[in-house]
Amino acid sequence: MKNIIQHINKAFDHRVRLGIMSILMVNDFADFNMLKELLGATDGNIASHTKALEKEAYISIEKSFINRKPNTRYIATASGREAFTKHIEALEKLINNND
Amino acid sequence: MNTKNYLKDISDIKTMMSRSSRFMSLSGLSGVLAGVYALIGATIAYFQIKDFKFLIYNETDWISDNPYSSLFFNLVTIALIVLAAAIATGFFLTLRKAKKQNEKIWNPVSKRLLANFALPLVSGGLFCIVLIQYDIAGLVAPATLIFYGLSLVNASKFTIGDIKYLGIANIIIGLIATQFVGYGLYFWALGFGIFHIIYGTILYNKYDRPSQSEENIN
Repeated sequence: MKNIIQHINKAFDHRVRLGIMSILMVNDFADFNMLKELLGATDGNIASHTKALEKEAYISIEKSFINRKPNTRYIATASGREAFTKHIEALEKLINNND
Repeated sequence: MNTKNYLKDISDIKTMMSRSSRFMSLSGLSGVLAGVYALIGATIAYFQIKDFKFLIYNETDWISDNPYSSLFFNLVTIALIVLAAAIATGFFLTLRKAKKQNEKIWNPVSKRLLANFALPLVSGGLFCIVLIQYDIAGLVAPATLIFYGLSLVNASKFTIGDIKYLGIANIIIGLIATQFVGYGLYFWALGFGIFHIIYGTILYNKYDRPSQSEENIN
């Protein structure tokens, strides 16, 4: 049981961060507004949680300009994908064990 | 251990993955109606062709100096009206469903869906114009079915996955239809009419049934 809990990743232990990772797992990239709309969170909320995930090197950030407007793209890194997959597996095991 | 939270986490993950990559507001009912329009169109076309054959066999006075082009014009008009009605209904019902599900109709996912749907469809449309150009009109009906089927399969990754099977069914009867040139209208009625009605009904029962949604207005 302890082993399983070790795999529960604290970095994903928040609704918005969990949402950001889920979205980036199935999309090549997502921009700021897409994350905001899908998660129904505020600008500051998305900004701080993406920063936290970037700090763990789970996502990378690409800044560019589209029609002279700044555009930020978020991409899940290989280590981010691996960590998130492990997190999901740990969640599933926990649920199955408790049944 | 708080199992309930973990369960909720898993369901949140699933919802976000599907919401961010699939446009789920596609209306099943619009599929049924598109099928009905197609059958009505096919019936009218059938009688147009029958009248035309009657004219040819009886060598009565031509209604216009070129009966072929007049028939062709009528058939194209019927096809375009059916297409326009189906698209308008689909758009309206999808818009309504999107509003109900709190999904924006014009978002990155629906754009991707449309682009992936349009690519094989537009290629197919241009290819059919080429077929007519070379007087191989008999292959137009099979080609439309095949390309429409490919469009559905291509688009199925970005919406309700079930439309893949409608696509495969259309590709199969499109290929069969190539061996029965001259019966294109029947295959059309089957593919665009009956298949749409069957699949629309299945989708409607699976996703849209008012009893299964939270609100009971439909």
